[in-house]
Amino acid sequence: MTTRLERQARPESLLLNMGPSHPAMHGTIRIMLELDGERILNSEVEVGYLHRGFEKTCENKTYFNLLIYTDRLNYVSPLINNLGYVMAVEKLCGLRVPERAQTIRVLMSELSRVSDHLTALAAMAMESGAFTVFLYNMKAREFLWDVIEQTTGARMTTSYIRIGGVRAELHPGYADACRRAVKETRKVLKDVHGLLDKNKIFLDRTRDIAVMSREDAVAYGWTGPCLRSTGIPYDVRKARPYLLYDRLDFEVPVGERGDNFDRYLVRMKEMDQSLRLIEQCVALLEKTSSAPTAPTTEGLAPAEAIRLARRQKPLRPVALSPNLQGAERAVQADIYAQAPGYVLPPKDETYTTMEGLINHFQYFMKGHGIRPPKGEVYFSVEGGNGELGYYIVSDGTDRPYRLHLRAPCFHVVAALEDLIRGRLLADIIPTFGSMNMIGGELDR
Amino acid sequence: MSGHFITTRFNAALGWARKFSLFHYPYVTACCGMEYMSAACAHFDIDRFGAGWTRFSPRQSDLIMVVGTIPQKLAPVLQTVYDQMTEPKWVIAFGACTLSGGIYDNYAVVQGIDQIIPVDIYIPGCPPRPEMVLDGLLKLQEKIQKSEPDWRWKKKKS
Amino acid sequence: MEEEKILEALRQACPDAVLSAEVSLGDAVAVVRREALPEVAAFLRGGTLRMGMLLDLTCVHHPGGAEAFEMVYHFLSLETNARIRVKAGLPADNPEIASLTGLWKNAAWLEREVYDMFGVRFAGHPDLRRLLLYDGFEGHPLRKDYPLRKRQPRIPLRKAEPK
Repeated sequence: MTTRLERQARPESLLLNMGPSHPAMHGTIRIMLELDGERILNSEVEVGYLHRGFEKTCENKTYFNLLIYTDRLNYVSPLINNLGYVMAVEKLCGLRVPERAQTIRVLMSELSRVSDHLTALAAMAMESGAFTVFLYNMKAREFLWDVIEQTTGARMTTSYIRIGGVRAELHPGYADACRRAVKETRKVLKDVHGLLDKNKIFLDRTRDIAVMSREDAVAYGWTGPCLRSTGIPYDVRKARPYLLYDRLDFEVPVGERGDNFDRYLVRMKEMDQSLRLIEQCVALLEKTSSAPTAPTTEGLAPAEAIRLARRQKPLRPVALSPNLQGAERAVQADIYAQAPGYVLPPKDETYTTMEGLINHFQYFMKGHGIRPPKGEVYFSVEGGNGELGYYIVSDGTDRPYRLHLRAPCFHVVAALEDLIRGRLLADIIPTFGSMNMIGGELDR
Repeated sequence: MSGHFITTRFNAALGWARKFSLFHYPYVTACCGMEYMSAACAHFDIDRFGAGWTRFSPRQSDLIMVVGTIPQKLAPVLQTVYDQMTEPKWVIAFGACTLSGGIYDNYAVVQGIDQIIPVDIYIPGCPPRPEMVLDGLLKLQEKIQKSEPDWRWKKKKS
Repeated sequence: MEEEKILEALRQACPDAVLSAEVSLGDAVAVVRREALPEVAAFLRGGTLRMGMLLDLTCVHHPGGAEAFEMVYHFLSLETNARIRVKAGLPADNPEIASLTGLWKNAAWLEREVYDMFGVRFAGHPDLRRLLLYDGFEGHPLRKDYPLRKRQPRIPLRKAEPK
């Protein structure tokens, strides 16, 4: 089957196929090029090589169960996808989330945002030849993921941000871990600035390459760091503040020329701002510390507690295993909204009371669980790549009638063909790297 | 009978050389790629096991790590890449999506890459921790050590 | 309220195009006739509302209804920070609507995706073909009558055996 490029190509030009299995870590995009020597005359971008049927699958899962699919959309910043989906459902149901849970959500979002930008720039630099930057960024990312893993249990695909709040209270040692992560990341950012900002080779490959004008960026629907690199200061956190962003102090860095270097620099500066936000969140969380979550050593083992609970509620508290700690009755008011039909019961009640057990099971059973009112909603958050929006149509049952994701990098990659036309073959790599295409988000 | 001692010693030496000099081709598609990047970098280094050199061409590699979901659209590409590799070649299926389609049981995803290519090591997880990746790699190295090369002159008793 | 003003401006500019306009959960939503979409889009882009960005374009399938496909457009104005959702219904036997590629450049890929997933045709689209799925895939998966697990492999799949 001939592609559009093959049909339109001049007979004397060279047709080259890049991808879909490509060394650049993005891996799932196919760019067909019509070349005259090294110069690109025309190109065609083919996507869909990671189309996993997210939207159709979500129509068959309950609102709670499909949370895991949202993690795997923009997989470098998974908690932000969770957040976007969950806030869309909360808007539909009219739930109010307690302040501490909101602060935790901001903390997790910003940790995810920093790891997103670190990974994006690591890949961009590595593909341009700067392998050291990749190693440094991955090192910093490990410290950030340590913080996330301590609290949520998973490094990446966490499903931590739940409808009505967050899954569990933060780990007792989170403040030190956050401080360490911020310190290490700042060191790495300083090193990377030193390695790349005035590096002649990097500048030659990125300065004034693939320049996007403001009008074109808006016409293409660009949002996020790519739009801000052209000079337009649009950020969903400032334009439509959600969670605590209207009360926190941060700036939105803006570029000038809209070339690859500006996209790189905007991401670097945004990481600084995100680290500032993380520090502010940790300060807020430490001020309003909740009930202690240190494990009770003299508690009952869960099997023993269940056995005793058949007769009556046990007098001693149950000692939850480490992966269930943080979700007890004592912290429930801080991490979850007061909405019994929408949130899980506290874990110690699940093990020791009949109502807790029934509520827990009903939450997951098909036909029960969360049933938002009929209607539709669109809610957007600032993802790593831009405006990440969820459009949910609910028909009153426990499964969404339609769930659509507004993927920020879809619009960014739509402009790729225009950006590389007339440039050299080697310019594709930093251009594509600076766009931060994430296959899970692009193809859903 | 006497020839067997030499060939087993030679097989052992060959297995040793092969297992500690794996050139892998990371066929990275999705989220598992992030854990692959972590496993390959400083904290959980795969270079200490001899498998650090990523060859970005199937023709230069002997291990293909299929990392991340393989949708139906990508299946012929995986087949082509696998066919381009020269013998001896091994396949690691990395992540739940490559084992069985993972959480995606729908029209778009291949339910396990062993429906396309034969697989040596399966690493479960969504995504697997880097320690699990290293464990899988070590198991592959054991397998390579024990495997017998296919000598054409050796008559196989069927 | 700001959303009311946006809807009022739209109603005044295109009075016979707008079938209903209301504020739902804080969002301005307008339902328009499908023939009037080019007029509405041109007004939104060039008129007083200055909706310079097409945020999103998608479709919802309601099988069995008079308007089986409901196109949903989200617009954003960067200057005024205003948003609007515009919906237009399409009948099942002729799911066709005008393309917006002349006004917004990202409409090209968005409309290709809707064509791929739902089978809606866009009149005036320069290159309407599948985006996310492959040639040879029959059917449009996001329609409600496409079974979730109906796979169409591109290559013959082998039976898995231990190696």
